Formats: sequence, structure tokens, C-alpha cells
Amino acid sequence: MKRAIAACFVGWVLIALLGFANAAFALTDAGLRPLPSVARVVDEAGLLTADESRSLTATLADFEARKGSQLAVVIVPTTQPEDIAQYGIRLAEAWKLGRFKVDDGALLIVAVEDRRYRWEVGRGLEGVLTDIGTSRLSDEYLRPAFRQGNYYDGINQALSKAMGMIDGEPLPPPPEGRARASEDGLHRALGVLAFAVFAGVFVRSFLGRFGGAVVAAVLAGVLAQVAMGLLAISIVMGVVAFAGTLLAGIGGLWGFYGGGFGGGSYRGGGGFGGGGGFSGGGGGFSGGGSSGSW
Amino acid sequence: MRTVFRLIAISALLGLSASLTGCGYNQIQSLDEQTKANWSEVLNQYQRRADLIPNLVNTVKGYAQQEQTVLIGVTEARAKATSINVKPDDEASLRRFQQAQGEVSSALSRLLVVSENYPQLKSDQNFRDLQVQLEGTENRITVARNRYIQSVQEYNTTIRQFPVNITAMLFHAATKPNFTVENEAAIAKPPVVDFNSQPAK
Repeated sequence: MKRAIAACFVGWVLIALLGFANAAFALTDAGLRPLPSVARVVDEAGLLTADESRSLTATLADFEARKGSQLAVVIVPTTQPEDIAQYGIRLAEAWKLGRFKVDDGALLIVAVEDRRYRWEVGRGLEGVLTDIGTSRLSDEYLRPAFRQGNYYDGINQALSKAMGMIDGEPLPPPPEGRARASEDGLHRALGVLAFAVFAGVFVRSFLGRFGGAVVAAVLAGVLAQVAMGLLAISIVMGVVAFAGTLLAGIGGLWGFYGGGFGGGSYRGGGGFGGGGGFSGGGGGFSGGGSSGSW
Repeated sequence: MRTVFRLIAISALLGLSASLTGCGYNQIQSLDEQTKANWSEVLNQYQRRADLIPNLVNTVKGYAQQEQTVLIGVTEARAKATSINVKPDDEASLRRFQQAQGEVSSALSRLLVVSENYPQLKSDQNFRDLQVQLEGTENRITVARNRYIQSVQEYNTTIRQFPVNITAMLFHAATKPNFTVENEAAIAKPPVVDFNSQPAK
């Protein structure tokens, strides 16, 4: 019996592994150009000097801080075997530039050897960076400069014009830094914890100290999962709620609230916002923009 | 042995409860809704293309009056395509829709080829704008179709896999037809590159 179960298990693991291998092969088999990792300025073709790419990055970062829209420039040698439009939408779907539901991201892709460029515009910016609008930007700034080899000038001018256009668009204001977002998450987490511990202490009267703690832990975990959707945080919340309920009676219930929550010791402890790296905000794209060649 | 049986019983019970809560009914519903949303986007983009055509035809007419057949071809293909009342769940209807839209595409590409012969038309700003818009719309159609294809594939895979197929059978959730490649024969043929003929200037 045991042996049969073990055999089944081994078989199952093998199937899972094979599936993984298959998936990996399928990805490489497709032969598509691998996508660069998210950055405001990607220069795989070495067109820009370090200074130029730094200043572009700074401009785009400023713009995001001021207006909230995420723009990026991607320079690749070629997009083969895909057309630049296919490559563009694949990149846009992977990076998800722009804010969630506002969809205010945009990409400028330059394929040097193909001598092709493309604007990939997020859904929320399609009204201001229309196909015609982006095509005019390219005609006016990108193409003449690219023909003379002034890639930086062309990109810089076209992007600043594009930012000027986006400036005229009423978009929701940018969040006031990451601290704000993480504080928001912290408040939510504290609310969930307080509720779970309170419920746990209540249930403890008929389930006993340990039972109450388990109830609180499960409650906190489930609520955290619903409210924030991050499994790691949910587990941590569950553990904290468990410990909190278990220890709540010692030193008095209200003492725990006073000491733990009121004292402000949680506030200093960072947040869920993460590091200062650049990543897409979850914006959606549906193929807006225009392409051209020089 | 007894403990083993008890273990099996417990795991069977757990599995049963898991399959009851996760029998896939909600999953079917949300995937179905997803395909519908994606289908709306497909229609939306085809409609956008249909809306561009009268303007394009009028602009071309201003410079290339003599290209009557091509212009009429585009107008007729558009009229035919917009008159089709498509039901995406019905395979024959979907195929008819796809064929009609394919005819619009080829009529449009004929129009653009013909317009290459009229330098004045090519330099007309209005015509160039329309061309850009048309290109953008074709691109959006491709994206919307791809997304629809993927969502239908996901839906079909889900309702055909165990144990969701049982739920699907109970609630009469049938697989949906999908877009097919329009010109399979043309794709299978390698492209012909001819260096002898002079390119059109």
C-alpha cells in the first residue's frame, strides 16, 4: 500500500517536472527576442552615452513624479523575427507601464538595424497621444534626427513634446511618494490585526486560550489575503494575530492595545512599498500608437 | 491497514469538499465573461475600421476618380461586413464574419496599392492621417483578435479538463469556436522575391 502511494507520488513529481521542462522548451522554441527587464531607458544597441541615458531617465522619472504617467524608451538592435508592433505589444503587456486602471503608460521603441521605431501607447493616453499625434511627433522629431544619426536629440525632443501633450490631459494626480502608499497598507494591516485579535479574544471565552488564538490567526490570515492579496503578508499577519491573542490576557487586554498599537512602534518599521526600483504600475495596452521607419 | 483506510477516507472527504467548493462553476463564469469582453473589443475595433472607410474612400476619390472598381470594391466589402449580425458562439456565423472582414482587408490593401500611383494623393495630409489611423486600427484589431483567441482557448481548455468538464456538462457550457488563420495556403507558400522588376518609384 505504502509502496503504491510512494510510486504514485514519484510519478506525479515526474509529470510535474516534465511539464516544467516542456514549458521552458516551448518558450525557447518560439525563438522570440527575449524582453529586457523593466527600466525607464533601455539601450541594448548602445546608441546613447551614459550621460544621455542618465538624463533621459531623470526626465522621465521627474515626469512620473509630477504627472503620474510612466514613459520609457527601449532601444534594441532589432525586433526580428517579430514585427516592431508585435514586439511592442508583447513588451507593453509584460511591463505594464502606467497606473492600474488609469493605463497611462507609453513606450517609445527604436529598432536600429531595422530602422524602425514605434510608439506603444497605453489605453488611458490614446486620447492625447493619438495614432496621428504620435506619427506627427515622429515625422517632426524622430525621423529627421535619426537620419542624421542624432538619436539622442530626436528621442529627447519627441519625448518632451509627448510629455507636454500628456501634461494637457486631465489625469488623476500622482500619489505623494511611496511612503503614502505603504502607510495606507499599514493602516489596513493594523485594522485587520485589531479586528482579528478582538474576535479571537471574544471567541476565547468558549474555545479556550489556544482555540481563540487559532481562530484569530485564521481570521487575520484570510482577511489579509482578501485585503492585500499577498500570501507572505497574510501568513505574517496570521502569526502575529496568533501570538497577540495568546498573549492578550497577560498584562491585560487593553494594555496590549495600548502598548502594541498606540505606542507608534509599528510606524517606523518600513512598509510594503518595497525598494525604489522602477516597475510598471499595471497599466493596460491595446495596440495604440504608430510605427514608422527612417 | 486500518489507519491507511482512515487516511484515505479523510483525504477523499477533503478532496470531495475541495472539488465541491472549487468545482469550477465560478471559473467558467468568469472566463466566459472574459471572452465576451474581449469579443466586444474585437467588434469595437472592426467598427472603428468601418468608420474610417467612408472618409478614406472620399479622399481617394478626390484624386483618383478613375479607380472606380477599387473604390466600389471597398465600399461594397464594408457594406457587406457591417450588415453581418455575428454570433461569436456560432461557428458558421463567426466564419462568415471573419470572411467578410477579410474581404474588407484585401479591398483596403488594393486601395492602398492603387493610391501609390497618385503622388498628389500620397502627399495629401488628410490621406496620410487616414493611413496612419488605418494602420493603427489594423494593429488594434490584431491585438484584440489575439486576446479573444487566447481567452477562448483558456475557456475551452478549462471546460474540457477534469473535473470542470462535469460542471460544464451540467450547466451546458459548450466550447466556443475560435478565429482561424484566414489564408493558410498563402502562409504555407514561401514568399517570392523578384529582383528583376523595377520597383515603383
